[in-house]
Amino acid sequence: MSIHRSTLVELAKGLRGGEFSSVELTRLLLERISVHQPQLNALVSVTQDGAFAQAAAADREIAAGRAGPLTGLPIVHKDLFCTEGVRTSCGSRMLDNFVAPYDATVVARLKAAGTVMLGKSNMDEFAMGSSNENSFYGPVRNPWDVRLVPGGSSGGSAAAVAARLVPAATGTDTGGSIRQPAALCGVTGIKPTYGRVSRYGMIAFASSLDQGGVISRSAADAALVLRAMAGFDARDSTSVERPVPDYVASLEQPVRGLKIGLLKEFFEKGLDAENERRVREALAVFEKLGATLKEVSLPNIALSVPAYYVVAPAECSSNLARYDGVRYGHRCKDPRDLMDLYKRTRGEGFGAEVKRRIMTGTYVLSAGYYDAYYLKAQKVRQLITSDFERAFEQVDVIMGPTTPTPAFEIGAKTADPITMYLNDIYTIGANLAGLPAMSVPCGFVGALPVGLQIIGPHFAEERLLNAAHLYQRETDWHVRIPPGYE
Amino acid sequence: MEREQIETVAHLARLELQEAEIPVYQASLTSILAFVGELDRAQTEGVAPMAHPLAGLTQRLRPDVVSERDNHERYQANAPQAEAGLYLVPKVIE
Repeated sequence: MSIHRSTLVELAKGLRGGEFSSVELTRLLLERISVHQPQLNALVSVTQDGAFAQAAAADREIAAGRAGPLTGLPIVHKDLFCTEGVRTSCGSRMLDNFVAPYDATVVARLKAAGTVMLGKSNMDEFAMGSSNENSFYGPVRNPWDVRLVPGGSSGGSAAAVAARLVPAATGTDTGGSIRQPAALCGVTGIKPTYGRVSRYGMIAFASSLDQGGVISRSAADAALVLRAMAGFDARDSTSVERPVPDYVASLEQPVRGLKIGLLKEFFEKGLDAENERRVREALAVFEKLGATLKEVSLPNIALSVPAYYVVAPAECSSNLARYDGVRYGHRCKDPRDLMDLYKRTRGEGFGAEVKRRIMTGTYVLSAGYYDAYYLKAQKVRQLITSDFERAFEQVDVIMGPTTPTPAFEIGAKTADPITMYLNDIYTIGANLAGLPAMSVPCGFVGALPVGLQIIGPHFAEERLLNAAHLYQRETDWHVRIPPGYE
Repeated sequence: MEREQIETVAHLARLELQEAEIPVYQASLTSILAFVGELDRAQTEGVAPMAHPLAGLTQRLRPDVVSERDNHERYQANAPQAEAGLYLVPKVIE
């Protein structure tokens, strides 16, 4: 049986048509996970018992004719979403022993919609990283070439979806953590508008940037999952009270007349020549569909990475202050006094990159430096946001590459943090401005997949998914399977 | 960044660093601060600092009534050390 290759849309049909049951589907995917997990390390927990219980319940709903669009469909959650009764580690030794006492809103909504959770995916510790090398549980490997990184921080989610271990997974994106691994693993990823998806129960990294989203194998599947997880949540004070459109219903709208902005700065130095060709070929597909291209410029976008590496560490240093060894998580052995307890707990519990960001954040927020760094970065953030606003007066969406290059070797960029940070050069702008953005597979550089990034104005998820879906009807990059995972 | 600055920042952040970590963070924080120093190039006179991506969104308030149940036993199941509903820490006052 090849149902592991099917999309959510196809699986839903098969379940309702009685071709297979959710329990059978669950068993098949858990077997695939047990075969490939040792090589890929895409998951940190496999929740077999819970999965079979949820699948059996889903089969009863289907038999009773009460199935919703997601009933019985398998999913994996990034290990940053709290899952009641299941270890939620955030990729950190600090939370290696933390069993979440409640579900994140995203998890609760997808559970209520009838999805079957197969496990929790590996990730960079506290979502800080672009290669998934910063996990306490070891690096995730890219199914296209296991010597390479899958991208990060949602690297486990992207690798699991690419390797056909699960049709869809949740992810989070603070500076590119959904889009960059989606691009490097050849899958589809969407980061919604800030405030579109509840952050309740999503372990905080940088609260003004973090946003939950979906990694899947098609835009149509992403629409299906996002429709179920998006929407107002009183438990998240930055959740936006605004109805969720039917992302699935609008997938087929023609894109004739869509005005696409070609971001001039994204095609300048640093972009791999082959990668650029793949993106331009994708743009030609949109032209064929009746869209028009127009060059736009974001004059301040070059400052997005520096602005991010002030704002994100500042918010991280504040958010991660909660890990004190008192209420939950790791605690050092035999503390001499309270200060020793705090310092050794945190020194032992956090990995190298997390400590680096906490210290960067502490420094830029400290007395005497706040104005020079933090306030300045917030002003630059406003400049970048205003640039985007001006661009969206001229065009409906902005397109360009998701990453400057395809996946790189494990260990290749760990020596210098700046080199690693620059992986997110094309993705960070959307986080600073709170914009929705997607990555869609648009071809290969050698044997490695690369992504087309589509950025929209606030709450334009419908438009992004629609454009991505029509592109995927014209191309087959998103159905290519890494060799060995067919 | 001088060694003393790293030690001060680590203390403010309540992080114990191993001896071998200090030169590593000295080098990387120095390069990060030089990198973010590029922000100085931006003309930001008269620009309002942006704290939040959704302009005009104000903090929502709710009626001041009890909305959560007491779940302290469930929450304390994750505590490294708890007794009689209290979190235990090393003695703070002699």
